[in-house]
Amino acid sequence: MNDNVLISVNNVKKYYNNGKIKALDGVSADIKKGEVVVVIGPSGSGKSTFLRCLNLLEVPTDGHILFEGVDITDPKTNINLHRRKMGMVFQQFNLFPHMTILKNMTLAPMKLLKKPKEEAEAQALQLLKRVGLEDRANAYPSQLSGGQKQRIAIVRALCMNPDVMLFDEPTSALDPEMVGEVLDVMKQLADEGMTMVVVTHEMGFAKEVGSRVIFMDGGKIIEENTPEELFGNPQSERLKGFLAKVL
Amino acid sequence: MGPGPSELWNSIAPQWMLELPEGLHDFIYTLYKCFIYDDRYMMYIKGLGNTLTLTFFSLLVGIVLGVLVSIVRVSWDKHGQEMRNPVARFFFRIANAICKIYLTVIRGTPVVVQLMIIFFGIMATSNNKVLAGTIAFGINSGAYVAELIRSGIMSIDGGQMEAGRSLGLGYVQSMRYIILPQAFKNILPALANEFIVLIKETAVAGYVGLADLTYAGSIVAGNSYTYFVPMLGVAAIYLIIVMFFTWLVGKLERRLRASER
Ligand SMILES: Nc1ncnc2c1ncn2[C@@H]1O[C@H](COP(=O)(O)OP(=O)(O)O)[C@@H](O)[C@H]1O
Ligand SMILES: [Mg+2]
Repeated sequence: MNDNVLISVNNVKKYYNNGKIKALDGVSADIKKGEVVVVIGPSGSGKSTFLRCLNLLEVPTDGHILFEGVDITDPKTNINLHRRKMGMVFQQFNLFPHMTILKNMTLAPMKLLKKPKEEAEAQALQLLKRVGLEDRANAYPSQLSGGQKQRIAIVRALCMNPDVMLFDEPTSALDPEMVGEVLDVMKQLADEGMTMVVVTHEMGFAKEVGSRVIFMDGGKIIEENTPEELFGNPQSERLKGFLAKVL
Repeated sequence: MGPGPSELWNSIAPQWMLELPEGLHDFIYTLYKCFIYDDRYMMYIKGLGNTLTLTFFSLLVGIVLGVLVSIVRVSWDKHGQEMRNPVARFFFRIANAICKIYLTVIRGTPVVVQLMIIFFGIMATSNNKVLAGTIAFGINSGAYVAELIRSGIMSIDGGQMEAGRSLGLGYVQSMRYIILPQAFKNILPALANEFIVLIKETAVAGYVGLADLTYAGSIVAGNSYTYFVPMLGVAAIYLIIVMFFTWLVGKLERRLRASER
């Protein structure tokens, strides 16, 4: 196996209702270090399921996923240890509403990495500064706008110093005027070399930031290519039809 | 034996009281006999003390039991199918079955009967009645608190657990730091209500000779051959305590709502 591969997905299947629903129907893909892989496709095509399998929020029905060379689909693997290295950002932000922003960001580093409070807070403040929200450290999530919440969710994940960041439609729940501020943070992250897997409907982001685009439909990867090729020269009818609708 | 109530009353009552119309005088004398003679008010105070102690510690036991039972139930119902560790799976399957039996039995039988079973059966050797009562009412209350907490946990958005797990926190850690604090905040008013319900439920403690408020009233009633007035007194005390706690709960609810924004 190539050392450059961070996550290797091998023929992964995810069935629901005893196989009546095939959310993932045999998906294989490699995510290499430093890549920004953008996943697109119609609603219900399995994008979220694919992403959530990568950190085992969904346990695949079949197939294997290797993260940094370890088979995380093996029941004997302690998934909690590997999830520390995989940040995830959700469509609905999922900030902890009973904690201040600072507590949201320092909880996991303090409990899991046993960082002293001062160190964890210093790191959190540093990250907050990067996204221009250092003055909201002691606010509660309910006091923030959607765009601010999502930026906090991103830096909360970054507090664990992950090796890869997974994004599931991070801008879909935002008012249009707030989409840009979140995409800017993601671009900045990509420029710094973070490995990212991004499920999104923002085709502009895919073209500008993506190193590779995966098009999914019906639980399968239909096409994958560089953004230029995938958008400029789609091969399958399904991708052509999809692009005609979204572009 | 000291002097009887009527002797003592005649010697200490001011003259003008003795000269009141007969009905009014008798009423005042009854009050004297039921609450003051022989320091009988102390019996009510001690009884009330026992009632509040019993209620408070029973609720504590109930909350501890309730947290454990509800976590087992929720974990099994929500995550049992995807548990990958066979030991954990086996443990939760057994624990869940035990919890279900506990909930069914406790909620399906009268608390007085449970109290007597624990007293005369299981705890027959203990002579600490308040301790035994606390265990009995705690076990009873735990079943109701468990369902309360379970509904509190179920009301928390699933994304909260996922966010915790995606950071690498374990299931138990996510429960402890993320889910339970929010669930408790949501059910705090209902939990305070459970306290109020329990104050009244412990009134059956006298069945096993635990000297709670109701029992104190009935002892005074037996000694003074007057049932009506001591029981009115007991009812008034319960009512005042319950109204006080109801007022506190209302204040708490308004506070929580204000902090939500
Ligand atoms: N927990 C579930 N139970 C049953 N079906 C599910 C579940 N999660 C997803 N699915 C189904 O799997 C398919 C893929 O879903 P998803 O991965 O969420 O798609 P996408 O993110 O591309 O919109 C859909 O048909 C969806 O209804
Ligand atoms: Mg989705």
